[in-house]
Amino acid sequence: MGQVVLKDINKFYDAVHAVIDVNLQIRDKEFVVFVGPSGCGKTTTLRMIAGLEAISSGDISIDGTVVNNLAPMDRDIAMVFQNYALYPHMSVYDNMAFGLKMRKFARPEIKKRVNEAADILGIGDLLKRKPRQLSGGQRQRVALGRAIVRHPRVFLFDEPLSNLDAKLRVQMRVELKKLHLRLGTTAVYVTHDQVEAMTLGDRVVVMKDGLVQQVGEPLDLYNQPANKFVAGFIGSPAMNFSTVTMADGNGRLTAKNSGFELEVPAAHGDRLRGHVGREVTIGIRPEDLHVATDADPVGLTFPSKVEVVEQLGSEILLDVRAGTDMMVAAVDPTVRAKVDEQLRLAVNPARIHFFDAKTEAAI
Amino acid sequence: MAVQAITTTLGEAPQPRRQRLLEDERWLAFFLIVPTMVLLGMFIAYPFVRGILLSVTNSRVGVPGDFVGLANFHKIWNDSIFRTSVYNTFLYTGVTTVFKLSLGLWLAMLLNRNFKGKAFTRAFILLPFIIPTVLSTFAWKWMFDPTFSVLNWLLFHVGAITGRINWMGDPDLAMISIIIVNIWRGVPFFAISLLAGLQTISPELNEAAAIDGAKPWQRFWHVTWPLLLPVTMVVVLFSVIQTFADFQIVYVMTGGGPANATHLFATYAYQIGIGTGLLSEGAAISLAMFPVLLLVVVFQLLYIRRVETR
Ligand SMILES: Nc1ncnc2c1ncn2[C@@H]1O[C@H](COP(=O)(O)OP(=O)(O)OP(=O)(O)O)[C@@H](O)[C@H]1O
Ligand SMILES: [Mg+2]
Repeated sequence: MGQVVLKDINKFYDAVHAVIDVNLQIRDKEFVVFVGPSGCGKTTTLRMIAGLEAISSGDISIDGTVVNNLAPMDRDIAMVFQNYALYPHMSVYDNMAFGLKMRKFARPEIKKRVNEAADILGIGDLLKRKPRQLSGGQRQRVALGRAIVRHPRVFLFDEPLSNLDAKLRVQMRVELKKLHLRLGTTAVYVTHDQVEAMTLGDRVVVMKDGLVQQVGEPLDLYNQPANKFVAGFIGSPAMNFSTVTMADGNGRLTAKNSGFELEVPAAHGDRLRGHVGREVTIGIRPEDLHVATDADPVGLTFPSKVEVVEQLGSEILLDVRAGTDMMVAAVDPTVRAKVDEQLRLAVNPARIHFFDAKTEAAI
Repeated sequence: MAVQAITTTLGEAPQPRRQRLLEDERWLAFFLIVPTMVLLGMFIAYPFVRGILLSVTNSRVGVPGDFVGLANFHKIWNDSIFRTSVYNTFLYTGVTTVFKLSLGLWLAMLLNRNFKGKAFTRAFILLPFIIPTVLSTFAWKWMFDPTFSVLNWLLFHVGAITGRINWMGDPDLAMISIIIVNIWRGVPFFAISLLAGLQTISPELNEAAAIDGAKPWQRFWHVTWPLLLPVTMVVVLFSVIQTFADFQIVYVMTGGGPANATHLFATYAYQIGIGTGLLSEGAAISLAMFPVLLLVVVFQLLYIRRVETR
């Protein structure tokens, strides 16, 4: 079992309100990822679950027991630190065995578990080495091994992959996912990398300035972001935002600014009718833009001028100017666009997002 | 065109002779080492060699003296005061080092925590180290004074003693007194050096150990202490050398008394060599501590290397 419940969690560092009213139920076997920009309180939240940081108010419970006042060792959790925190004077074997020794496991059992973990992670032939004789990726595995051998109720990860190079990071990401499927242990994972969050998480918690912005499955965050922040944070390249004024032309709603006038799809109509005459923020993902053809209704296209062409192979990113706004469009790799070319772009109507200009909440 | 012209003239410009000499690494190394060699030679090697030469003569103040071989060493070997001072030096060094290390470590661990007024406390801790030794030792001398001792006053008023303790009059108490002063004076060095060592140990290691189930003393024993060991060895090495050759505290507090009971190598060498004027014998006494120190240094350096390459 490994069910973690955060109830009204707050954390103050003197005047800094680092974590604000966090509520979350983490189910057994679930992989939950906290993601957000630097300083948003992810690490602090994780450390409070670990018991390394006292909580200012609220309750944390694991499997129904409130653990607010339990020492880290009594919470039956294991943590993987960003810098691995391997004991530099101990061999790989001793690093992994330390937690079991401290918990007075019998020698054969320790040996069995360490070897088992080493096999899973493919570090069986490194057991005699010291951490400093290992590469970054190998250290990472040892740190994972140290967590695995304990068979804890919850794994806690604080940006465990951020010190690895890009390629290794992708590889370890896949391995982590497999490991989780294999072990089925509840995991709480902190990262500032939204791709990591999307690929690893069963559910993702997006945080900003100590506040939880949205909790949901990766695709839900992508398709129905709760606010402008989540919309801009999830997805790469980031969503395009423009400020538009809503207008009502003979019962047809339009979103208009200096660069374009888009017909608002009927599905959004009811929700937006109240905003007629006011400004709202419109959000369009780069991948929801394409070069307009005759098949596209005119009301969903707008003129633009190409300023930069980024060839990525699988797709082309066009940095275009539409009115006073800059936008990015991810278009088909067969498109031959040149800088300064005038291009008509079309929007996928089902995938336009609207946000309140003031509260930034999704409309 | 202009650029070309400039580069060619630069390239062809003959280098000054001195510059070319410095470009040769062997010469450069030599030039860089010379100042150090001169300083070491003048202030360490020369006095040391003079000391050795002096110890094998029978020179006294005003008398150049003749070569007498190891006669001086033979003489001090049979000198009971010398033997006492050898014993004292080992006792003094051993006891004070143990206390300085444990108290220093304890202080360092306290100072390594986060609390209000941390910076102030750290500076404050250094006080005994900063005050000139002679000055602070005089203060201690007053505290141990048979008549005016504030310690006696204190002990008397809490009811621990009834009569007055003659700290400096009793050989054992006198020894204890100088040991106390040396500890007081040496703890800051240990505390600050070990604190510096502690600060190089990532707090994450202790957190990882805490999650791994290690209790505080287990974290100290399995994580902090092994990682602090190289620093500890260097600090102990420094302290042992200094304490072994200590002079000021004993000279000011007891002058080696009562009845020559608290002499150390250095104070006895001074008394014989300068006080009595037997320069060669004094030199022999101070040289007698050299082999011991050499052993200590070699042993500890080897040990430090072993720990570091582990
Ligand atoms: N020990 C501390 N004392 C005071 N303020 C702190 C402390 N630790 C964190 N903070 C503050 O709390 C806030 C949240 O910090 P936290 O480390 O949780 O951020 P994070 O989301 O993990 O960021 P990053 O991605 O940079 O690691 C920040 O504003 C930070 O400055
Ligand atoms: Mg962090």
